[in-house]
Amino acid sequence: MLQFRLWQQALIGLLVLAAAILALPNFFSKATVDGWPGFAPKSRIALGLDLQGGSYLLLGVDTDKVINDRLTSLRQEIQRAMRPLGNRERIALQAAPAIDAADNRISFRVREEADAAQAVERVRDITRAGSLVGAGVRPYEVTVTGPRVEVVMTAEARRAYEQEALADSIEVVRRRIDPAGNKEVLIQPQGGDRIVVQAPGDNDPEALKQIINRTGQLSFHRVDTAVAAEDAQAGLLPPGRIVVPIAEVEGGGSLVIWEEAEVTGDMVESASAGLDSDGGGFQINFAFDSRGARRFADYTREHVGELFAIVLDNEVISYPRIQTPITGGSGRITGNFAPEEAQRIATLIRSGALPAPLTTLEQRSISAGLGADSVRAGAFALIIGFAAVVAYMVLSYGRFGVYADIALIANVVLIAGALSLFGSTLTLPGIAGVVLTIGMAVDANVLIFERIREEVAAGKAPVSAAELGFSKALSAIIDANVTTFVAALIMFVLGAGPVRGFAVTLAVGVITSVFSAYIITRLFAGRYILSRRPKTIRL
Amino acid sequence: MLLKLIPDKTNLPFSSWRYVAVGVSFLLAVASIISVSTIGLNFGVDFKGGVTIEIASPKPIDLGQIRSGVGGLGLGEVNVTEIEDVAGAGKGVLITVAQQTPREGEDFDAAQQRAASEVRAFVTTTLGPDTEFRRTEVVGATVSGELVEKGVLAVGVAVLLMVLYIWIRYEWQFAVGSIVALFHDLAITMGFLSITQLDFNVSTIAALLTVVGYSMNDTVVVFDRIRENLRKYKKMPLQELIDLTINETLTRTVMTSGTTLLSLLALFFFGGEVLRGFTGAIIFGILIGTYSSIFAAAPFLLWTGVKRDWSKVKGAAPAGA
Repeated sequence: MLQFRLWQQALIGLLVLAAAILALPNFFSKATVDGWPGFAPKSRIALGLDLQGGSYLLLGVDTDKVINDRLTSLRQEIQRAMRPLGNRERIALQAAPAIDAADNRISFRVREEADAAQAVERVRDITRAGSLVGAGVRPYEVTVTGPRVEVVMTAEARRAYEQEALADSIEVVRRRIDPAGNKEVLIQPQGGDRIVVQAPGDNDPEALKQIINRTGQLSFHRVDTAVAAEDAQAGLLPPGRIVVPIAEVEGGGSLVIWEEAEVTGDMVESASAGLDSDGGGFQINFAFDSRGARRFADYTREHVGELFAIVLDNEVISYPRIQTPITGGSGRITGNFAPEEAQRIATLIRSGALPAPLTTLEQRSISAGLGADSVRAGAFALIIGFAAVVAYMVLSYGRFGVYADIALIANVVLIAGALSLFGSTLTLPGIAGVVLTIGMAVDANVLIFERIREEVAAGKAPVSAAELGFSKALSAIIDANVTTFVAALIMFVLGAGPVRGFAVTLAVGVITSVFSAYIITRLFAGRYILSRRPKTIRL
Repeated sequence: MLLKLIPDKTNLPFSSWRYVAVGVSFLLAVASIISVSTIGLNFGVDFKGGVTIEIASPKPIDLGQIRSGVGGLGLGEVNVTEIEDVAGAGKGVLITVAQQTPREGEDFDAAQQRAASEVRAFVTTTLGPDTEFRRTEVVGATVSGELVEKGVLAVGVAVLLMVLYIWIRYEWQFAVGSIVALFHDLAITMGFLSITQLDFNVSTIAALLTVVGYSMNDTVVVFDRIRENLRKYKKMPLQELIDLTINETLTRTVMTSGTTLLSLLALFFFGGEVLRGFTGAIIFGILIGTYSSIFAAAPFLLWTGVKRDWSKVKGAAPAGA
């Protein structure tokens, strides 16, 4: 029990040494570590947002709206399909198709029951075209009972559309926050309809939210100047027109525009902020893709002298008069924009529109200052706690206390090595977990030493007392550590954010502490007892 | 001379104090339950939703000005408290705004975000742009509801798994004893949190789970020894045997609690404001856990009785009761 073969000793030494080497990169700057040769360990413990400062945002994707938008556009297509076209005849409906969002369903009744089969045929035509890529499933089930036709989105299709919306949203958010792709921003999906954004160092979560939360829907519309302001106020509008507010920078108020857009944001290829060549403010330069350029050229050629409105997220951000046809495929949005606003709008346009608005469900921001304070306080507490436990063990157990302390140091090295190896994130509760582990790690040694003490008191000789102490304490050590490990495991599975950091260090600490307290202490205690053959053991 | 908090040989009649201990424990537990149900727990934004903003400024901050200013934003209940600053960068101020009821056409989570933005804007205009927003936490109703669910689930699953483990390793009497000790520790720690009104947040759940783990750890070591002694002293009356066991394990119990408390006290005093509530809860829980494993868990076996005939069972894995 007390005897270790040479290879066993070497193995234990190598293990601790390996952990120390693995932990090494944490003590050097990243640039230094990158310069090390290829075989050297480079992975280091990452600091959590609560230690380095940064923002954590949990965003919810409004998947219901995504589905609803799909159904709405399908309804338009259905209506269009019932109109006459070429030698196709009109199918008269009793009323416009109704959307039942809760059941993912569109239903309508044809006026003549005889037309039902033909109506189903046309609906099948348009829904087949929109079948899901690769999935091989039909997105809609079409059924008919008498004059009533039902179009139901299948559950698989709904799930696929939701996943698509989530993936698209993540892409848009990434393009907005990290257009150059050089920031350390983490953007991940969570569950079926959530996005986690972790942006270290970014100290202005407000700006972050402002750019994320805008839908970014850009469109160009014809302005109707014929409607009197009072009529617009009273809601007396010709069909197809809507009232849209004008942005503050453009003077506020509202404008009557055609609802249908002439050109939409998805036809914009690029956008950037620049200095206004005429006025003092900033402007947004943009360029259309070929389709947008053609449409825009056609439109401006036919409407010279008229106003046209540039609408971003249901707000007119500019409404210039068309002086000459714009055929070059590029344009600019002028207005008295502040530089940040121009930059923000340019990024919004460039990144494209979100499939659905995002809601911020949770936000946690820590300033870099508080993070640094926490690191300092945590490190200080760690040192004090460590020193106190080390001193207490020596005072209580003398020589054996020193062995326990050696094991404790090895334990801290092993924890640091393991956390570096996995590239774990250290949070403030994680530091607390390490401190707690230090306090609890000596428990195994206490159990062993108390056991040896009892055996000595029962009249056993030092060698057999030590052997019995180690072997009899084992079952209690295992039991005691399993309970803590289970608690840590649950925290990891069910815990949120920083709590998981606590769970990780606690769990790692439990494993390393059993190893170091049981094996490393035994190695040292065994060498002492077997080589010196003391007459009595002082404990 | 080595330091000894507990003398080598103790012979304290712990079991005969069990009536007093049960009385004390019962009173504490009842008081805790009353406190939790009347005073309640000081739920933080994690569980209640709402906004918490911690600010610091190189200039002195007028608490009254912040209180009346933020109060005047029409955000409902507002709490402004001063916090001690470890780093010496001036005093900090903690602003807590209760969960917002959405305005017309506004979604619930958006309402919380709006409140946060309004408070931040107010603070920046009042205290100037060099104000440091040290911490901003905004939790909407969706997430706070989930956090409550997860927290309750975590504690529940932890208790269940612990008891299951004890049941597999020991007999049902031990499982009952440990579950009683566990609920005892949890209830009184909750009572402590209620009376001190420490912020009850996600970290507090982690603290409670740590207490659960530690409480079991302590109890298990005593149980392990009782079982060993049951095989060793086949004829010894149970009460005497339990007393012997507690005395044998007493040094270890006190020693381990001592080292754990040493490191936790360092964390409590030097670990900074953010961790204080969390560490405070663990420290109290460990004190209670130590008490319960000495005075409550083992003597409890006297009421349930234990299996005495071990002749048919060999090794460390019994077949159960």
